Amino acid sequence: MQVNNVIFVYQGEVTADLVSSVLQMMENKLDGDGEDKKVKKKVFNVMVECLQNVYHHLDALESSNVSGKINDKRALLMIGKEDTDYYVITGNYILNDRVNAVKEKLERVNKCDKEELKKLYQEILSNEEMSDKGTAGLGMIDIARKSGQKLGFDFHYVDENYSFFSLEAKVSRVQP
Amino acid sequence: MRNLIIEPTSKTPKIILNADVNVFEISGRSIPEDSVGFYRKVIDWIDDYSKNPNPKTNFKFQLEYFNTSSSKCLLDVFRRLEKMYKSGHQIEITWCYDADDEDMKETGEDYKALLEVPFDLVSV
Repeated sequence: MQVNNVIFVYQGEVTADLVSSVLQMMENKLDGDGEDKKVKKKVFNVMVECLQNVYHHLDALESSNVSGKINDKRALLMIGKEDTDYYVITGNYILNDRVNAVKEKLERVNKCDKEELKKLYQEILSNEEMSDKGTAGLGMIDIARKSGQKLGFDFHYVDENYSFFSLEAKVSRVQP
Repeated sequence: MRNLIIEPTSKTPKIILNADVNVFEISGRSIPEDSVGFYRKVIDWIDDYSKNPNPKTNFKFQLEYFNTSSSKCLLDVFRRLEKMYKSGHQIEITWCYDADDEDMKETGEDYKALLEVPFDLVSV
């Protein structure tokens, strides 16, 4: 991935307050730039899901008992703007034994067209129970629907416990 | 019964559940990290209201943004209204969306497809 125009980049712990601040700042930025209302809404929605996805993930890691050498609470958030798209990129540590499940989910989402994503969303919305963290298992599907483009992702092996997971969602600056 | 009025914040919607004047509205943005915690009050209120509802209840939703954990909670709210409807009460849901917010319209259609209760989509 290469984003030339970075609006925002953050590396560190992701708290609920941080998520609020980033959203507020980005909303002001989008307003200030006079961005198209439809684009603005989509970018905001995708940011909410991407950022909260990282937040909930790190929250869940706290209950795992892996004592690694790395600080697994540190995450990377990046928002960029190119001529044609906005980019929302997140990166966080993930336990190696979770890699396959997350990868399969993303591959499944990326195989779906618009209608299939809609069906999958409805299916999970109505059938699956909410996790006790309040996450609904709908995040990636929602990001893919709002983005309208394939999700980019990568898993980088770090050590015997962790891999580094990065996710890239694009929102076109030209909405019909 | 007591009314439930909650003022909006940057992450939670405005809630007006006022049985005295027959106004039931959830509006604004719903993007809290802990949606389950936030909506518990709403669910509890509806459970209480459903014991002795008004002759006609129109529940209006006008959301600007909502996250996926809220979407599950909203379905819980709708399911309760659906249950009231099926047990013979006059219940209607109105889903208002911004005229050029295609995503909000689609989400309304998603819910409508899953529910057996009068569900109107209204462009505002």
